[in-house]
Amino acid sequence: MDAQTLTYIFVFLSFSLYIGIAVWSRAGSTSEFYVAGGGVHPIANGMATAADWMSAASFISMAGIIAFMGYDGTVYLMGWTGGYVILALLLAPYLRKFGEFTVPDFIGTRYYSGTARIVAVVCLIAISFTYIAGQMRGVGIVFSQFLNIPITWGVIVGMAVVFMYAVLGGMKGITYTQVAQYCVLIFAYLVPAIFISILITGVPIPQLGLGATVLDGSGLSVLDKLDATLVDLGFAPYTDGSKSTIDVFAITMALMIGTAGLPHVIVRFFTVPKVSDARLSAGYALLFIALLYTTAPAVGAFARLNFVDTVHNTAYTEVDGWFKSWEDIGLIAWEDKNADGKIQYHPGTPFEGKPTFDDSRRADGSRVVTNAPTANTNEVYVDRDIMVLANPEIAALPAWVIALVAAGGLAAALSTAAGLLLVISTSVSHDLIKKTFARGLSDKKELLAARIAAAVAIVIAGYFGIYPFGFVAQVVAFAFGLAAASLFPALLLGIFDKRMNNTGAIAGMVSGLVFTLAYIAFFKFWSPELNTAEHWWFGISPEGIGMIGAAINFAVAFVVSRSTQAVPEDVLGLIENIRIPKGVDEPHLH
Amino acid sequence: MANNDNHNAYWRANVRLMLVLLAIWFTVSFGFGIIAVDWLNQFQFFGFKFGFWWAQQGSIYVFVILVFVYTAKMKKIDRQHGVSDDEEG
Repeated sequence: MDAQTLTYIFVFLSFSLYIGIAVWSRAGSTSEFYVAGGGVHPIANGMATAADWMSAASFISMAGIIAFMGYDGTVYLMGWTGGYVILALLLAPYLRKFGEFTVPDFIGTRYYSGTARIVAVVCLIAISFTYIAGQMRGVGIVFSQFLNIPITWGVIVGMAVVFMYAVLGGMKGITYTQVAQYCVLIFAYLVPAIFISILITGVPIPQLGLGATVLDGSGLSVLDKLDATLVDLGFAPYTDGSKSTIDVFAITMALMIGTAGLPHVIVRFFTVPKVSDARLSAGYALLFIALLYTTAPAVGAFARLNFVDTVHNTAYTEVDGWFKSWEDIGLIAWEDKNADGKIQYHPGTPFEGKPTFDDSRRADGSRVVTNAPTANTNEVYVDRDIMVLANPEIAALPAWVIALVAAGGLAAALSTAAGLLLVISTSVSHDLIKKTFARGLSDKKELLAARIAAAVAIVIAGYFGIYPFGFVAQVVAFAFGLAAASLFPALLLGIFDKRMNNTGAIAGMVSGLVFTLAYIAFFKFWSPELNTAEHWWFGISPEGIGMIGAAINFAVAFVVSRSTQAVPEDVLGLIENIRIPKGVDEPHLH
Repeated sequence: MANNDNHNAYWRANVRLMLVLLAIWFTVSFGFGIIAVDWLNQFQFFGFKFGFWWAQQGSIYVFVILVFVYTAKMKKIDRQHGVSDDEEG
């Protein structure tokens, strides 16, 4: 069977499994819809958290970004794992003890303020929609490349599936679907990585293969060979970075504290029975995540090595089929600048901007690019998002491995999309409708409102998937900046600073959010031509500015809280209570 | 107010453990993986430059260990201060 037929079969089977689970675990109450009734086993929750967490960005984009950034890719590896240490030590156990349904719930109650709750809802919705747009684009890419379905239809199929289990099952449906999705995605990630590691080094463990000797007789290790190969072509060595130390530091920090402040991750810890389970569950989640994250650098390095080997100085007429099929959907492009009929791969962009094509073909069958070529010698444009998906084809692995990767990419994108939709819909139905505008709402009506909100959110997310606004990982990086600068400081201070009051927290959240948004908007949308290191404040790029945003949030919150009135007695009691594991409740029904 | 004293002692033990673990967290990631990466790269470690290994492998292993150590130690501290959630159904 060919790869496409196998992909149809794998995708169909995995989707049937997800929908089957959704029907089996239909939610009957708001407690089940919001937090799966608070009865999820820590290991199951660890898997669900890992699937929730590892999105299209982790599965599809990250290894590709590392492949092309080398050492600089470290920011994602450490940033998206180190955040769990902060989450486990500083937030998860206390928020579980608090025992409510949503993140704005905690902020609204701890800061005894409807305004604080609304500010938190606004932050949450801004973060979650930025993030979800990236997921839907991931779904679109997988469908269009592997199933030859137009991106629009791919997104619609994805929306329909998420609709089934998110709207029917709520958190309960999502949790058990995510457990299945974790198994699919980790299997789909590890199998090709192990294959490729064996092909290149003979070592079956990719984490060790990355340091092992290449089997080409050169006696060099993978990383040394990669350094040498890239330097030959004019690139910087793979193991050296091109970003400044301060920028790497800031981006890593912003991603870490952003991770800890992401609402769809935090609510996962509301679903376990006890405080000690929340801690344990964070450990399992990080373990399951680390399995993929320690494999990704190996996948990235192998992919770059294979890419250079198969593409550089190869005649277009002899290049492998994958090069042409990705060229067909416009994610690879080639401009034969020196007219030798061979593909040359060097640093720099081959032409201005993203490739645009007219419908004609050159004599050798390659597509004609209409962009103005640049003066450098590089002839290849390659979209970094394709590396993980193309990797099995580049390494000429069997068709079923290619099909498996497609199913894994979809599992990663759908599981994250569902988790995000849930926090959006619960914050609308619970925080906005029930706690703000319609206080007397019955449990049944609140559940209906949550389902309608989820359905509306899916449609909006689908729109962003069909009309995307940027690279998957780049868009997602902004969500972290916003989470780092707005929600994380408010949550941390709410637990650890007894004197933090409503005015301080609100002032902090608003100033952190506004500063970070303004900085990102200025460099990314307002004056993108100024987006270079010499114009950045302290040399920190928009991706890393969340660290400064968080610092501003902390500082403003501290100063304002110390010059306004003290925290009321009952709130002090609440803080005492969440600091002690004993006496945990099931999530409240009120 | 014996209960309050106990809770305060519990909280201090918790914060002390947390700070020690966070110091390790910071050292392996921001210390070894970012600030000292160039210096560490002069050493070889299983085919890796040592700084690069910390940045893309070692720090992540340490993160996982840290969270499990925290979980185990906190369980003990919870019990010592009689605030564990164990005996509840």
